[in-house]
Amino acid sequence: MTKIIMKLDTLTCPSCMTKIEGALNKMDGVKGVKVLFNASKIKAEVEPEIKGEALKQTVENLGYTVKDLKTKVSES
Amino acid sequence: MAKIQRWFTQHGNPMLVVAGTLTVIGWLMQHLADQGLIANGAYGIATLVAGLPIIFKAISALRARVMSIELLVSIAVVGAVAILEFEEAAMVTFLFAFGNFLEQRTLQKTHQAIQNLTEMQPTTATMVVDGQYQEVEIDEVDEGAVLVVRVGDQVPVDGGIINGSAEVDEALITGESKLVDKTTGDQAYMGSIVENGQILVQAQKVGEDTTFGKIIELVEEAQDNQAPMSKFIDRFAKYYTPFVLVVAILILLFTKNLRLAITILVLACPGALVIGAPVSNVAGIGRGAKAGILIKGGDVIDQLAQVDTILFDKTGTVTEGRPTVKSIKEYQEDHWLALAADLEKQTNHPLARSIVEYYEKRGQKTTADFNLPITTIKGIGIKSEYQGQTIWIGSRRVLTENQIELTAQQSRDLQAIENDGQSVVLMTVDQKLVLMVGLVDQVRKGVKETFEKLKQSGIDKQWMLTGDNSVIAEKIAKTIGINQVKAQMLPEEKALFLEQLQNDGRHVLFVGDGINDSPSIAKANVGIAMGNGTDVAIETSDVVLIDSDFSNIKNARRVAKATMRNTMQNVGIAIGTVALLLIGVAYGWVNMASGMLFHEISILVVIFNAMRLLRMKF
Repeated sequence: MTKIIMKLDTLTCPSCMTKIEGALNKMDGVKGVKVLFNASKIKAEVEPEIKGEALKQTVENLGYTVKDLKTKVSES
Repeated sequence: MAKIQRWFTQHGNPMLVVAGTLTVIGWLMQHLADQGLIANGAYGIATLVAGLPIIFKAISALRARVMSIELLVSIAVVGAVAILEFEEAAMVTFLFAFGNFLEQRTLQKTHQAIQNLTEMQPTTATMVVDGQYQEVEIDEVDEGAVLVVRVGDQVPVDGGIINGSAEVDEALITGESKLVDKTTGDQAYMGSIVENGQILVQAQKVGEDTTFGKIIELVEEAQDNQAPMSKFIDRFAKYYTPFVLVVAILILLFTKNLRLAITILVLACPGALVIGAPVSNVAGIGRGAKAGILIKGGDVIDQLAQVDTILFDKTGTVTEGRPTVKSIKEYQEDHWLALAADLEKQTNHPLARSIVEYYEKRGQKTTADFNLPITTIKGIGIKSEYQGQTIWIGSRRVLTENQIELTAQQSRDLQAIENDGQSVVLMTVDQKLVLMVGLVDQVRKGVKETFEKLKQSGIDKQWMLTGDNSVIAEKIAKTIGINQVKAQMLPEEKALFLEQLQNDGRHVLFVGDGINDSPSIAKANVGIAMGNGTDVAIETSDVVLIDSDFSNIKNARRVAKATMRNTMQNVGIAIGTVALLLIGVAYGWVNMASGMLFHEISILVVIFNAMRLLRMKF
């Protein structure tokens, strides 16, 4: 499992959360998407072969700016 | 489309200015210069500039199968343009966009608490590679890397010190702003600052896995963990938007009045309602975090405002958890204390450590090095040989073990010390008692006052639960003004007692610090852990007092109550606004533009109301 953390510009509408969560959850190999509204962060768990860039692209396609992308590979 | 949208987001502010200026020009032309055509032109462009981003947002939300507020506004604006109401269209779009801008600005204020925390994280580190110092980004540091931390630097990771020694300020982690001596073999924590000296640290945990990283994560997740109230509103909002749309269509069908239908769309925007409850929570949690109170979510606030019973552990919770020497009796004029300190130095017992500390402080010299081997006898103490004599240091049981008779004076002393609730350490040489030390665990500051305040705030049942014996327990209870005590309790007995109270319908708050308190902390309606407590206790708890300041319990309670009140106020303001606007429409007092204006004002009012929490004084 790889953990991906993205930092966004300040989110303003709670409906952004549902939007982002919905779009990311529809991607293959992506699960456990959590949008932290107040911290303007997205956390997701993905299969090892999924690239963080792909998630970033999806979020940007929704019209949000991804300021920072972190990928953390855990052994388990 | 994504590109256009990003362009909109990046150029949001200039676009807002353009739309605002055009709207003003339009208004002037229409009402003062009577230039209808120019006015409508200006309004039209303003509507496009401010409206297009809104429409794009609405469409992208629809694609993710969400009906957003933007959708209501978009339909209303398109409708207004259709019936050639350019003034209203421009006003509505501009006010909506401007409102969003203000919302973002003010929301950022309520997020300041976490942002301040995050900004305290070190961003760079100095790595040692082949003996060379190399400045690197913090993200490039992996577990196992060796880093040098110099004076004034922040420790960038959690790790062991492999070389050097330094005085370190760990205030960020422990809340205690005093310098701690650290040397080879000690642990260094991310975020602490080296004030003196220089150390080499080998990274064990980096980034979000560090203690400090976890604290930040806790706060971030807490702010999004919503109270039942705001969860309800969230669900409500989901069905509300389609509902309003249906109502508007029905109105259009029955009254054939497009104007009224689109006015309803604008007025029914649930702005203040959606943001009102979460913003109170965020502000409340933020205020707590500023004072070193980590509240792990909105539902905790809800529970904390409701509790009526407090149960708490003694050692490490109401007391410092570090015994100090209170009385000392020497029965022979000799260097027995020095020898005792030297022997006790070799054990890990908390009482032993306190005696060593006391000796070092009193003598202002390090303990003499006698180099004697010791044997630890479980449950009694330690044993050694010194110049052919048998030395024992330990609890009262060393007396029975060696059949030692006390003199009348010694018996009286022992009685007095024990009656005072002190723990006793005795030292015997062959068959004689030479040293008697009484130790007490100091009660934390402000404990008594805290319990009084809690009682006033409605937590009227207060129990102390402890594994310690009843003499010491009663003594401590008396000093902190508690009269209900349960002594000699096992961890599972504590949890069982708590459960019984819950079955009697009480909402129970539990405060503890140790692994043995974790079951109770987890079971309680609200579990509070002391920040200097064990990891398990901190993780299972709902509230962490970072600097172990006991009086923060009453502050946490105050924040919780204030936050609940604030949430109710905000919900009231939001519902009141919608109700007033609907009445206004029925009587024809409000139109689309003024309706939008009131809406945006109500949103700002709830945000400002929530921000009062941030300024709350303790």
